[in-house]
Amino acid sequence: MSTASLPAAASPILAVSRLCAWYGRAQILFDIDLTLARGEVVALMGRNGAGKSTTLKAIMGLLDRVQGSIRLEGADIRGKPAWHIARAGLGYVPEDRRIFTELTVMENLAVGRQARRSDAPLWTVDKVFELFPNLGRMRNRRGGEMSGGEQQMLTVARTLMGNPRVILLDEPSEGVAPLIVEQMAAMILDLKHEGLSVLLSEQNPAFAGAVSDRACILEKGQVQFDGSMRSLIDSPEIGRAFLGL
Amino acid sequence: MTGQATHSTLSRTVLLSVRGLAKSFGGVQAVRGVDFEVGAGELLALIGPNGAGKSTCFNMINGQIRPDQGSIRLGNPDHSKELVGLTPRKVWRLGVGRTFQIAAVFGSMSVIENVQMALLSHARELHEFWRPARAQHRAQALELLDAVGLADQATLPVATLAYGQVKAVELAVALANQPRLLLMDEPTAGMAPAERVALMALTRRLVTERGTSVLFTEHSMDVVFAFADRVVVLARGEVIAQGSVTAVRQDPRVREAYFGSGRLT
Amino acid sequence: MTLASLLVQLLGGLAGASTLFLTSAGLSLIFGVTRVVNFAHGSLFMVGVYTAWTAGQWLRPILPGSAGGFWLAVLLSTVVVAALGALLEVLILRRIYRAPELFQLLATFAVALVLRDGCLWLWGPEDLLGPRVPGLTGAIPVLGMPFPRYDAALIAIGPLVLGLLHLVLTRTRFGILVRAATQDREMVSALGVAESRLFTSVFAIGAGLAGLAGALQLPREPANLGLDLPAISDAFVVVVVGGLGSLPGAFLAALLISLVKAACIALGTVELGGFSFAFPRLTLVAEFLVMAIVLVMRPYGLMGRAAAAPRSLATTLPAENAAGAPGRWPWGLLVVGLILLPWLAAGSPYTTVVLVDVFCFSLFAMSLFFIMGPGGMHSFGHAAYFGLGAYGAAIVLKASGWPMLWALLLGPLGGFAGALIFGWFSVRLSGVYLAMLTLAFSQIVWSIIYQWDDLTGGSNGLTGLWPAPWLSAQVPGATANAAYYLLTLICVAIAVLVLRRVLDAPFGLALRAGRDSPQRAESIGINVHAVQWAAFCVAGTAAGLAGVLYAFSKGSISPDLVHVGRSIDGLVMVLLGGVEALAGPLIGAAAFTLLQDTAGRSFDYWRAATGVVMLLIVLVFPQGLAGLFRMRRRPSTT
Ligand SMILES: Nc1ncnc2c1ncn2[C@@H]1O[C@H](COP(=O)(O)OP(=O)(O)OP(=O)(O)O)[C@@H](O)[C@H]1O
Ligand SMILES: Nc1ncnc2c1ncn2[C@@H]1O[C@H](COP(=O)(O)OP(=O)(O)OP(=O)(O)O)[C@@H](O)[C@H]1O
Ligand SMILES: [Mg+2]
Ligand SMILES: [Mg+2]
Repeated sequence: MSTASLPAAASPILAVSRLCAWYGRAQILFDIDLTLARGEVVALMGRNGAGKSTTLKAIMGLLDRVQGSIRLEGADIRGKPAWHIARAGLGYVPEDRRIFTELTVMENLAVGRQARRSDAPLWTVDKVFELFPNLGRMRNRRGGEMSGGEQQMLTVARTLMGNPRVILLDEPSEGVAPLIVEQMAAMILDLKHEGLSVLLSEQNPAFAGAVSDRACILEKGQVQFDGSMRSLIDSPEIGRAFLGL
Repeated sequence: MTGQATHSTLSRTVLLSVRGLAKSFGGVQAVRGVDFEVGAGELLALIGPNGAGKSTCFNMINGQIRPDQGSIRLGNPDHSKELVGLTPRKVWRLGVGRTFQIAAVFGSMSVIENVQMALLSHARELHEFWRPARAQHRAQALELLDAVGLADQATLPVATLAYGQVKAVELAVALANQPRLLLMDEPTAGMAPAERVALMALTRRLVTERGTSVLFTEHSMDVVFAFADRVVVLARGEVIAQGSVTAVRQDPRVREAYFGSGRLT
Repeated sequence: MTLASLLVQLLGGLAGASTLFLTSAGLSLIFGVTRVVNFAHGSLFMVGVYTAWTAGQWLRPILPGSAGGFWLAVLLSTVVVAALGALLEVLILRRIYRAPELFQLLATFAVALVLRDGCLWLWGPEDLLGPRVPGLTGAIPVLGMPFPRYDAALIAIGPLVLGLLHLVLTRTRFGILVRAATQDREMVSALGVAESRLFTSVFAIGAGLAGLAGALQLPREPANLGLDLPAISDAFVVVVVGGLGSLPGAFLAALLISLVKAACIALGTVELGGFSFAFPRLTLVAEFLVMAIVLVMRPYGLMGRAAAAPRSLATTLPAENAAGAPGRWPWGLLVVGLILLPWLAAGSPYTTVVLVDVFCFSLFAMSLFFIMGPGGMHSFGHAAYFGLGAYGAAIVLKASGWPMLWALLLGPLGGFAGALIFGWFSVRLSGVYLAMLTLAFSQIVWSIIYQWDDLTGGSNGLTGLWPAPWLSAQVPGATANAAYYLLTLICVAIAVLVLRRVLDAPFGLALRAGRDSPQRAESIGINVHAVQWAAFCVAGTAAGLAGVLYAFSKGSISPDLVHVGRSIDGLVMVLLGGVEALAGPLIGAAAFTLLQDTAGRSFDYWRAATGVVMLLIVLVFPQGLAGLFRMRRRPSTT
């Protein structure tokens, strides 16, 4: 893909700079800088509690107290309500499977549906079921009656229905069978080929390595490494220091 | 105890024996006629695709859901006890601890209070109305937290921990009553690679030290292959294969239903 | 009684069921999506009745004698009340969605107070008679008995609205969003749905339904200021009996309750085996009896389902034992100061009189907090234990003639006994279901006390409950009631200390464990129900003691002690103080009692004044008054 080889700085679709975030009085993120180019997949890595999920939530407008700047295609979205950010083309898949347990699979997808944006790929229910055949077989099952992994697939599917331009994926491979993890990886590559950008929080190095162009390693709420996936793989001492590989 | 039985994994002392277990939810047959055994001191992995019925099996063993059919017996075959029909509380008192797929802890308490709570319950001191709880079983709680690597976070509110750490708290809580059998539903999901290995190494140490058996589910094949003594594979509510790690790994049906190429996990 | 008259009564019941269903459906929608227990819903219903009356007055000269005028007035008042609902959401509730759970209850309670006085101001205290509906006057003969035509029309409206709402909720995107937001509104918002607009529209629709119900009720019942409380309590009952979130359930429940009430009236006094039983007496509690029976048999209502607990918006759970209360020294100083007060305030004798009230209610609020905060069980009927304590002591004193000290010691056992029985049932439920079952029990207690003339003195209550002579004696240099004041202070201080201590003990920890994660608690061997039951008993006893102390301070008691109003007062005190800190209930009780006392003595519109002050507190200190202290004490912890 030509887009993937563009230098990230050319025209980042998402640019985060000096991002700080708090839970109550505790500061969790300290001056995070991050960019995401169109069609790029960036893996946000780091130990438990490093602040990966917090970074994604801060970008999505789900935290009360955030400082710094977050630009989506040049427009500042910091401080905007979450729904506004979602409509601007940011999709969010949370880590704790927040599906609507009382709604059926089809209804869950309906909640995620948004008007089409010209510059993002169009997702239909059929296209989503092609990606997750399991879900296609249980269209009318209530979310609460699905297994953990099935719910995980549904969260991703639901977000895709919003035709996002950028997806924030929080540990999509967690709790999913190896076969499906492979499908997820293939899906992320598909999305990338369609021009979507993905910011992925991921602890599984094999998965992150297989799908991402760049890696950004967090430690205690600060960026410790930001570079191509290849350079990370080539320098095992970084992995040892920050990821405990 | 493991010394007497060396020639075959199945001839070692059985701790848990599951026979003909079945459960359906409305029209969905989640589990249909599952049989397997957990040996004393064994780490048994229950694996299978999403929706295979693993968590449902756990919930039936733990007393959270009542099976439609089948029996679950705990203890060696001579004097074993039927678990079907018991409440989770009773099952726990018989020495079965568990962790949940989505970690469940006491969100308003500090890390150490979570563990103290379990210790208090184990000592049957729940209906103590006077002595402050803070001071009780503290040393023991700290020891457990140390074992799971959370000694430094002991006084933090558990709600402020990252998910991976919450899982470790849950493990410490589950260990508080020195269980004979530990049920762990995806123990390492959401944890960093190093912590995964640490957690499972810890679990393994327990097995050898105290003769605790572990029944766990896991989608991370690294963990399964490195730590399980034996593997049972479920698919669509049925056992499709079981045996040693190497045997299961090479089984073509398991490959097709579950592993795929196995490159990514 | 003939078959025909029974039938007509029952048909009348069906007509009542329609308006009841409409009100309840609105309440259920609002609660479902916003998680706001909208206490002002009954007031919105009342506003609907009044607006329909005014609109009718305006339209009569323009459209004389035509049915169109009436229906236009109905439509108008629906729209007006819907707009009022939207306004409330935007101006008040929107600001406090992130506040601790149930905090919105306080805000809507304040709104209810304001709306009630608003109606008084706009329409005056007199009952206003509704119009006859042109085209629907007169009666249809049913088996030879007349049945009002208008009631027949009403019977059709309920199912019509039910069908319409059902279609909207299941077939439209709006409906799906409403149901999704019911569970996790943050996630709905992260998926690109403008939740604020969704909430406002749901509030408007819910309020509109209440307004519609009110307008339709006008021809059957004159507009008056007493409509709000019964409307809200009936609607709660219906929603809960039907099963939260289930509109068909609410419809069924409305039918069931209306029919049971109608049947009670129709049956009259029945002689059975020498016993005569007056069924009409039962109408006072019919709905609560139905609710208690339904909930005991089906813990999630007729058509409700055990739903996953909705995600709470509060980011962290309260940690009660964290530094929430000021340390030992301030408390010690406060108690010493209060002990000296009768001498210091000898010039203004009223001070110690009010403070006795404050002490009693502090203990009452503290006991409610005990099960509500750490226990997570929101009791809406806590006055039952207060009243049982008071009546227990009064009966010991009157019936046995034992000395007052015995009454003081035995009275609280009345609260204990009530908690022992009601708690056993209540802990099997959770959330709003539990709240409503406790409410039902307290109403049942109320109606027994109200009707058992021989033992409780019925509606007149019992008088002549004075403390022992040595407690009424004048203490030199102090206020008149100094001795009793000191007794109350000591009893309350000790009881509060004991409650605190219990919360810090393993039992208190286990109680919180059961609230935080019942699943986890059960799987480490905690018998959650047993722990909660015991907590109920402790709280009941403490509330009983508060009731006893209160009774002797007043010298007389009446069924008002057990009335819903008192339970709500208790809730307001706890919430006002903030559920997150142990000092909360004490501060809340003091603030509320003093506020009511001052406003009540100096104002005609004291309800509105109290409401406005409460709203200000809610909007300015969303952590409750105790949160204010905590902010001061821990300026920064990072
Ligand atoms: N609701 C909360 N309130 C207070 N602190 C929190 C909250 N959620 C997370 N934290 C804290 O923020 C820090 C970062 O958490 P975060 O969830 O972002 O980590 P993470 O990198 O996603 O970890 P994991 O891989 O375990 O998901 C942690 O130290 C955690 O203790
Ligand atoms: N309460 C329920 N009602 C209806 N169906 C259910 C319920 N619980 C589980 N199921 C269904 O039963 C099947 C087995 O679920 P279970 O949770 O046991 O799967 P699992 O093997 O643990 O999967 P995973 O690895 O994804 O967690 C699934 O298809 C699920 O949809
Ligand atoms: Mg995370
Ligand atoms: Mg599972």
